[in-house]
Amino acid sequence: MGFRMDVERFDELLTELQKNYRIYAPVLLKGKGRYSETDTIRYAEINSIKDVVFDKKSVFSPKEVILPITQTLFYFTEDNVIEPKVDEKNILIFLRSCDIHAVKRLDEIYLRNRFADSYYAALRTKVKFVLMECEKSFENCFCVSMGSNRTDEYDLFVRLEDGKVYVESKNETFDGLFKDEENAEVSPKFVLENETVVKIPENLDQRVFKSKMWDEYDERCIACGRCNFVCGTCACFTMQDIFYKDNPNAGERRRVWASCMVDGFTDMAGGHSFRKKYGERMRFKVMHKVYDFNKRFGYHMCVGCGRCDDICPEYISFANAVNKLNDAMKEVE
Amino acid sequence: MENVYIPFSSRILEIKQHTDIDYTFKMEYRGEVKPGQFFEVSIPKYGEAPISVCEIGDGYVALTIRRVGVVTNEIHNMKVGDRLFMRGPYGNGFDIDIYKGKEIIVAAGGTGLAPVKGIVDYFASHPEEAKSFNVLMGFKSPKDILFRESIENWSKTIQTTLTVDRADEGYTGNTGLITNYVKTVEIENADEAQVIVVGPPIMMKFTVQEFINRGIKEENIWVSYERKMCCGVGKCGHCKIDDTYICLDGPVFNFTQAKHLVD
Ligand SMILES: Cc1cc2nc3c(=O)[nH]c(=O)nc-3n(C[C@H](O)[C@H](O)[C@H](O)COP(=O)(O)OP(=O)(O)OC[C@H]3O[C@@H](n4cnc5c(N)ncnc54)[C@H](O)[C@@H]3O)c2cc1C
Ligand code: SF4
Ligand code: SF4
Ligand code: FES
Repeated sequence: MGFRMDVERFDELLTELQKNYRIYAPVLLKGKGRYSETDTIRYAEINSIKDVVFDKKSVFSPKEVILPITQTLFYFTEDNVIEPKVDEKNILIFLRSCDIHAVKRLDEIYLRNRFADSYYAALRTKVKFVLMECEKSFENCFCVSMGSNRTDEYDLFVRLEDGKVYVESKNETFDGLFKDEENAEVSPKFVLENETVVKIPENLDQRVFKSKMWDEYDERCIACGRCNFVCGTCACFTMQDIFYKDNPNAGERRRVWASCMVDGFTDMAGGHSFRKKYGERMRFKVMHKVYDFNKRFGYHMCVGCGRCDDICPEYISFANAVNKLNDAMKEVE
Repeated sequence: MENVYIPFSSRILEIKQHTDIDYTFKMEYRGEVKPGQFFEVSIPKYGEAPISVCEIGDGYVALTIRRVGVVTNEIHNMKVGDRLFMRGPYGNGFDIDIYKGKEIIVAAGGTGLAPVKGIVDYFASHPEEAKSFNVLMGFKSPKDILFRESIENWSKTIQTTLTVDRADEGYTGNTGLITNYVKTVEIENADEAQVIVVGPPIMMKFTVQEFINRGIKEENIWVSYERKMCCGVGKCGHCKIDDTYICLDGPVFNFTQAKHLVD
């Protein structure tokens, strides 16, 4: 069902929703950008639709809402383990089609893959999606190539146009909220082409490990891990125990985001580690995104959001790397 | 939903010192567990470490832990009666039925003996369940030898070969790399013999090759892998190689699968 209303009216309804929901959307954070004094777009709670940045891609994906950068798993006292309380409110996230597809990848790992993760599940079951439309493809996006440009897995769709807010509700939970609003035909438009096109070779397999294509990244990549941190499908973490300075008998176990590009990811006792070269790490990441995740779960991990390319300080393009796989397979065949 | 990260507490029943840095902790435990599986063992405020079960008994499991860092240092400070936190067991472990009735050869390097010790214990006390059982063990030097008592007991019922890479003059035991001793094992029917190889990556690589040279079929060779692990339950991603999660699909692999695991 579709509705139309003023921005002020929508914000009133947003306030109404806030009784039961925390509402997250990409917002402009001043002075928090890559270089000092620059701005960045990241997820944060909003109070008005005017806070939402519709016309630019967020630097970080929405995954930080359901998979926090650091998450306390439990607190321990002398001889007790206590789980943190979960916030009672539900969660609404403003996000794009590719991001909804990315959450499906996180679900695959955190809800399935043999064990279910109760921390992820606790947040994830609270989440409803508010789809944001992409008027046109942003720079570096290749969602069409990855098939993530469309979705019908959203609860609300919201478009802000000429001072009016258009809403499509696909979830009856919200029917009551919008029932007095003016009816309108509302449905999202999806991007149908991107400037960036990637082609994953059909015969791709581990033989490509031997290609020389990876060598260039030994020099160019600085193993900073930004490409992993902004990615909506990267799911790795490291465990961390801490104790409190003022009470060494108490502490907590946390998990924090980890990156397969950064030193230490594979370090083991006795000095063993794997993928010392940055090119090998690039290879590991690329193959996970467009080869081995698919082998295990039946669809590709990468959703083509292009955030890794947007963020790389060395201008390394993931999309280019994927396209180079075609020649690389010819090289090793 | 069950929270898989919450550990249970387990009392230390006994501590045995093998070397300066290797201790075995007998931990209170009742429940299902197989040789080759592992627990995430932790001390709150220090962290967790994946540790293989090295012995399974009535009401306990034994863990042999080498002191190498933050968590393992702290574990070594514990006394009998103290408590460790554990969760698991994780991983597939060894399936003993595969080996029953066959010629079995186990080759273990250093701490690699811990994860296979359960298998050796089993066949040493049920030697009639194997056609023959050989265990080859390699350590760096005489002072690094683990499980001396067990080895002595095993030698009463099964074939044992112990070697050290190097030793001071006057050492009367075997010296030299374990690979040299692969050649000395008597194998009656190379088509059917089952081989288990566990140890540091280099040792596994060359030892497996030696067995292949002796005509052992790849599908009859089994290895156990160690990788960095932060969760044990297929989430943290550290242990993944290609589409394989060592913590879920391993750590025990048939060689036909393991040979495709390229980090
Ligand atoms: C399946 C499996 C079974 C194992 N079985 C045994 C065993 O039976 N006995 C035994 O002594 N050790 C075993 N290990 C190795 C043991 O887990 C590590 O030695 C231990 O985690 C080091 O922890 P630490 O805090 O003392 O060291 P740290 O202070 O964390 O670090 C010392 C070094 O160990 C590395 N390391 C940290 N965490 C891990 C990890 N989870 N896995 C591997 N290396 C790590 C660090 O990066 C660093 O290089 C096993 C490992 C695996 C994966
Ligand atoms: S790999 Fe790059 S393009 Fe693909 S989902 Fe991750 S950030 Fe987006
Ligand atoms: S590819 Fe770029 S963003 Fe990723 S680790 Fe290398 S330098 Fe950093
Ligand atoms: S140990 Fe975390 S995924 Fe295997």
